[in-house]
Order: sequence, then C-alpha cells, then structure tokens
Amino acid sequence: MLSRAEIENIATLARIGLAEKDVEKYQHDLSGILDYFKKLDEVDVTGIEPIGHITGMTNTFRSDKQVDFGDLGKQAMLRNIPEEREGYIKVKSVL
Amino acid sequence: MIKELHQKLINKEITATQLTQDYFDVILKKDGEIGAYLTLTKELALEQAQLVDEKIARGQEIGMLEGIPGAIKDMLCVEGYRTTAGSKILDNYLAPYDATVIKKLKEGGAIILGKTNQDEFAMGSSTENSAYQLTRNPIDLSRVPGGSSGGSAAAVAGGEAVWSLGTDTGGSIRQPASFCGVVGLKPTYGRVSRYGAIAMASSLDQIGPFTKTVEDAAIVLSAIAGEDPLDATSAKSSDKKFEDYLTGEIAGKVIGVPKEYVEKLEGEILEVFEKSVEKFKALGAKIETISLPHTQYALPVYYILMTSEVSSNLAKFDGVKFGMRADDLLDSGVSDNELPKNLLETYLDTRKIGFGDEVKRRIMLGTYALSAGYYDAYYLKAQKVRALIRRDFEKAYEKVDLIYCPTCPEVAFKFGEKTTDPLKMYLSDIFTISVNLAGVPAISFPIGFLEIEGKKLPIGGQLIGKWFDEEGILNAADAFERNRE
Repeated sequence: MLSRAEIENIATLARIGLAEKDVEKYQHDLSGILDYFKKLDEVDVTGIEPIGHITGMTNTFRSDKQVDFGDLGKQAMLRNIPEEREGYIKVKSVL
Repeated sequence: MIKELHQKLINKEITATQLTQDYFDVILKKDGEIGAYLTLTKELALEQAQLVDEKIARGQEIGMLEGIPGAIKDMLCVEGYRTTAGSKILDNYLAPYDATVIKKLKEGGAIILGKTNQDEFAMGSSTENSAYQLTRNPIDLSRVPGGSSGGSAAAVAGGEAVWSLGTDTGGSIRQPASFCGVVGLKPTYGRVSRYGAIAMASSLDQIGPFTKTVEDAAIVLSAIAGEDPLDATSAKSSDKKFEDYLTGEIAGKVIGVPKEYVEKLEGEILEVFEKSVEKFKALGAKIETISLPHTQYALPVYYILMTSEVSSNLAKFDGVKFGMRADDLLDSGVSDNELPKNLLETYLDTRKIGFGDEVKRRIMLGTYALSAGYYDAYYLKAQKVRALIRRDFEKAYEKVDLIYCPTCPEVAFKFGEKTTDPLKMYLSDIFTISVNLAGVPAISFPIGFLEIEGKKLPIGGQLIGKWFDEEGILNAADAFERNRE
C-alpha cells in the first residue's frame, strides 16, 4: 500500500491539488492497480530491446522553417487565453 | 449506404442541403434521448452542403463522401468550434485550427454535423466518464454505448449520422462499435495523421471511422488516410482507395484464431463466435488455431505505458494558455479566499477542479510510473514486454493472413455496472489493447446478437491485419457482411 506521503508526493509532481478525503482513495486505487502491474515481474526480458516506434520508423525530418499563423491565427489563439493583457498571458505571481 | 446516397445526390433525387437538414431533424427528434452530440455545427454543415449543391448544379463531378453528413468525436479540433475532449477543463476551448483529418474531410466536401460525446480525454469504456452527459446505447437505452468514442458510435447506430470519426487508444473505436452494432475501424499506427487530435497516449492513439457498413468504413478511411508533415509519426503511404479492394473473395486466405482469446469466452457469445468462424470456413477461408503467448501481459503493459504518456500529454492543461483557470472560477463553488494566490496554486487548483476522477487517477499512476527510481521497473520493463507482444504478432503472421477473435468478451452493460471498480472497467478492453500495443490495424463488425430482456444486443467480431494491410481486413469483413443472413 502506498503511504500517505507517497500519494502527496505524486500529487505534487503531477500538480494536482488534493483534498484530504482524496488521499485515502488514491492510496487504495493506485495500490490495487500497481499490484496488478507486478504481473510483469514474471516475464524474462533479457536481451530484449524496448520499443521505440511501433512500426519501426526512424528519424523524420522537415525543414526548420517558422510558420506564421497570421493575424487571424494569432487572434484565434489569444481568444483561448484565460487572462490577457496587451497581447501577453497574465498569470499570478510565481513567488 | 454512402454509395447509394452519392448516387441520389448526382441523380438530383435529393440535395446535399436537404440531406443535411434531414439529419438535423433526426438529431432534434432522437438526441434528447440518446445524447450522442455535445455540439452541433449547423452553420458549417449547411455552408458545406450549399457548396456541394452548387457544384452539382454546375454539372461538376463530386467525390464519394461529398455531401454526406457525419459526426466528429470531440477529441478532434474543428476550427472555430468548441472542442472539449469531454472535459470541463476545456469547456470554453475554441479550436484555432482544423485537425488534418478535418481539413481533408472539408476539402473532400464531407458534411460535419457536430461533435460527439466521449469519456473525458478518451479515458473509459462506457462514455460515463464524460464531464457533460450520458450517452445511451440506441439498441437499449438502459445500457452504455461503450467508450470512449460512445457518442460517435451511438450517432451512427441511432441514424443521427451516416459516418463518424472516433479515436482508438486501447479499443475506443472497436468496443463501442461492438456494443452499438456498427462497424468500427482502427487503422495501423501511422496510417492516419494525429495532428489536431487531442493527445491521450501518443504511441497508441489512432483516428478511425464508424459506419453502418464495411464498404462505408473503407470510403471514410480513404478520405482521411495519408502521410502528413504535421505528424512526424504518420507513415509514408500511397493514396489508396480502400473501397476498391473489396472483392467479396476470401477463398484460400488463412485466418488465425488465438487460443488465448477463445479461452476467455463462454456461453452464447462463444456460440455466436464459433458460428461466425464456420461462416468464414464456408467462404473458403482456412482456419488455424494460433497462440499469442504474451496476451496475458497486454493489460498491465498497456496501463503502464498509457498512463505514463497521459501524465506527460496532459501536463499542458495548467490553466495558463487555454482552457479553464481556477483563478476565475467563482461559479465552481470556490470561495474568494480559497482562490489561488500564486502560480503554483493556479496549477494545483485548476487541475484539481478541471479534471475528473479517472483522468486524475491515470495522471497520478503515470507520474508514479515515470518518477525517479521507478522508471526502469515500470516504463522500461513495459516497453520491453511490448516488444514481445509485437513479436507474437510477427510470428503469427508468418503462418496466417489475418487474425480473428471477438471484439469484446461481453455485450453492452448497464449504466453504473462498472463505475466503482476501475480494474473491472479496464477488463472490458482485454481483446482490443494488444492491437494498439502492436500497432496493427483491426476492424469490429457485427456478427450476431445476444437476446436479453427482449433486446437484441449486438456482438462484434474483430479481424486483425498485418501492419498497413487495412484492405485485407476490410475485404474479409466485407465478405462476411455480404453473406450475413
């Protein structure tokens, strides 16, 4: 069973706010699923290369060119910003 | 169905505008009950229909999908329209651009009726995880349509669209197709561009069609497939017309039936499945029992890799550049003095309020699997076992042309039946996830029914093909469909 501290640490890493009642629920849910993952312990993977790309594609290249979305494109993107000031994204202070 | 409608359009028996209006009428009449749609794109639809009608009036040739109305899972960006991925965190998100598949469909003159309901960020097998509404199975309204693309499956099954698009990460097209009695196709990984599809697990996601017939699925696939410079994982492929490969002829083809799958079947589903195997035999196919020995590890591998990719892909939903931000959420029950005071609190609160339970659970799991000290034990190990799962398929295809099994070990279940136990819900995907892990294409199509409480609940068969052999599975499924009693 994952400890309370472990759940709090994962939530901080994942940037998900936790309510007090959630901690126990996650302890229970996550531990159950992690136990299920243990099934993989029985598989011998000596000498097996991990999958990189499933159909075996390697590098894909394109020219290093900037794409301009134009004024309309910029407006469409700015429309989705929760809080904007003078074309910048406004957020709460970092510290 | 698409070919007949196409013929009616060119014979001027019906206009594209009338056809589109007819579908909106059906939606108005039925969708209150079914709940397939989240947003209707009526203005866009009628505009597109008008263009098609003008073309026909000028005597110009039109494409096969031109003027034919369909629906789009809300996971895919349609420019200027709300695209929520079934999540509150994207409640007010207006897509600033078209997904590549949407661009292709628009250029091909297809009509887009609206955006369909889904499990939040495609995480679920019943569409019950949508932050907005339930979608009901048109065959039996007391049952789920499957998921995560439940809205798209229900729209086609309920006659509210001719075709629709879904996304499939672990079965999210095939399982709802099976539950709703329609055809659903997951193409080979890389066959269809994922640009503009909101990412869930990037190494597994593919976009594909729902339709009433196999031929229609081939037509829609032809319209959306192809290489795309905007998706570096899209494969080089020649432009194929998949519908041209449907000969109805499968004599001599070798179809492998994996014993690990059949072992899990029982009762009437097993009977229906065995009957369908006999049908393939009668059509001249050779049936061989095969083994995919790593099948039992597919589910844990899938849940490690998928949650890891989810935790990374969903990091961008932080309330800064788009979507919901908890700072302003006065109407969500947050009192003024509890609003975020700094940027970190903005992140924590936005994600706490904006994401649903299942999404948070998966982000937490993935974060854990990728965190320092656990990466080798979980993620790396899973990627290695994934290689063994792919090898199972490679070995099988040395002996057989196609693999055949049911899509699901069950028929559509009732609402609330599985929501309390996440692991139980995950088991609904047991026959579909290996396909995503191996990257191969697969199609689900109706093979029979299970009668419960006077309702004929559909059972789906699943044909799995070699990498980039969509025409092989489409042709075999089409042959089956042509010979259905």
